[in-house]
Amino acid sequence: MAVATEQEILDGLAAIIDDIVGIDKSEVTPEKNFIDDLDIDSLSMVEIAVAAQDQFGVEIPDDELRNLKTVQDVINFVQKLQG
Amino acid sequence: MSKSKTTVVVTGLGATTPLGGDVPSTWSALLAGESGVRPLEWEGVEELPVRFAATLKVDPSEVMPKQVLRRLDRNQSIALIAAREAWTHAGFAPPTVRKPKKGEEPAGVEGGFLVDGDRLGVVVSSGIGGLHTALNSYDVYREKGWSRVSPFTVPMLMPNGASGHVGIEFGAMAGSHALVSACASSGEAVGYAIDMIRTGRADVVICGGTESCIHPLQMASFGAMRAMSTRNDEPTRASRPYDKNRDGFVLGEGAAVLILESEEHARARGAKVHGIASGCGYSGDAFDIVLPDPTGAGQAKAMRRALVDAGLQPSDIVHINAHATSTPAGDVAELASIKAGLGEEAAAGAAITATKSMTGHLLGGAGALESLFTILALRDGVIPAVANLEDLDDEADLDIVRGEPRKLADGPAAALNNSFGFGGHNVSVAFERAL
Repeated sequence: MAVATEQEILDGLAAIIDDIVGIDKSEVTPEKNFIDDLDIDSLSMVEIAVAAQDQFGVEIPDDELRNLKTVQDVINFVQKLQG
Repeated sequence: MSKSKTTVVVTGLGATTPLGGDVPSTWSALLAGESGVRPLEWEGVEELPVRFAATLKVDPSEVMPKQVLRRLDRNQSIALIAAREAWTHAGFAPPTVRKPKKGEEPAGVEGGFLVDGDRLGVVVSSGIGGLHTALNSYDVYREKGWSRVSPFTVPMLMPNGASGHVGIEFGAMAGSHALVSACASSGEAVGYAIDMIRTGRADVVICGGTESCIHPLQMASFGAMRAMSTRNDEPTRASRPYDKNRDGFVLGEGAAVLILESEEHARARGAKVHGIASGCGYSGDAFDIVLPDPTGAGQAKAMRRALVDAGLQPSDIVHINAHATSTPAGDVAELASIKAGLGEEAAAGAAITATKSMTGHLLGGAGALESLFTILALRDGVIPAVANLEDLDDEADLDIVRGEPRKLADGPAAALNNSFGFGGHNVSVAFERAL
């Protein structure tokens, strides 16, 4: 797929989070921590990561997933791999 | 009632069944003689020997968001729906569904009695567990590989999952249990809950059963046993206990939950009492993995033990909600067991019904749902009639309620609810009217 902009990744991630755990898209902003701010548990993070891999065409290894603590972390990771 | 035992009362009821999405709609449909049996409309259903079942009247997707449903097996979501109704019915404060965020006070608890979590137990059974999840996840694995299998697969397929989810939702910390004994599972759940309160482990127990396994594999495997009715041209008339032309059971799905409470705890908070859970009797046939002992000795023992446990005499029993699944051998064998268990005279004095004629057979949910019906029959003084009973079996020589619902006299009244499961598990739960 074409390289996504930061906004496109944010929008795509927010849609995935809404679909999987039912958090309103407006809540998903770059500075938010998945566990502390959005109350997303570790198994749901696995589901979200799998959906994000499919949507953005990148591989997120388990080792990397542990380091993706905020929405901005995911945006940076996807941009780095797409770039 | 034995003076030496703590009295256990019923203070809340909840259910979602083939007849309705809650207790009032289910009970009124049952008294009206309606059927919850419907044709199945699956792709390839014409390949199956049985093409109908008693599916839920209200699908969980009508009352739960999709994000919640995607991490619950269907048997778990309906157990939660039934438990929520029972909890509210009992007059308890709404649970804190979401854990408070950092620095935030827990969500409000106004509008009901606040139960001490350390004194609250859960016993919710399923006979089969998450069959849909196991099979659907295996399909995903084969088509897309292990990484696409839901990380919730294990908690969704385990048969104690419903008990765990109910315990989490309501904060039950006295213990959370899931007894598994096929079609006797939730009769045993009610019995175990009575004992949790009597032994002082809990003041309040959320107990019940749930089942949802209407899947082609179940239609095929029960079909392979020749255990199910094949009346494909007349689904609503297929479940017909005690009728000469019965030809097997009808698979159903649903959940039923009772709130049991020590009488002392219930009275202290001014709770409305719907009945008394007087005692429970168990036995094992030790005979065959699927066939009941043809002498009925095991079933009779369970009924006698229930009477002893409840401190009741056989002559106290005015009503029995029979296991009666509509199989040719099972229905009349149970009647013989009732005669052996209660004695001929007391057996003749009990009005017997078979509500599976309308709900189908909920397997692990059956014992709890039929306990719920037994409590309502005593409370409201009316016993539902067996549906589809057109030509009474000659061997059905006890008082079977047919035609119209039967009125019960006012005053003291006790009843039994029987449940028997593959494996030779027999359980009989005794209830009394609250006066």
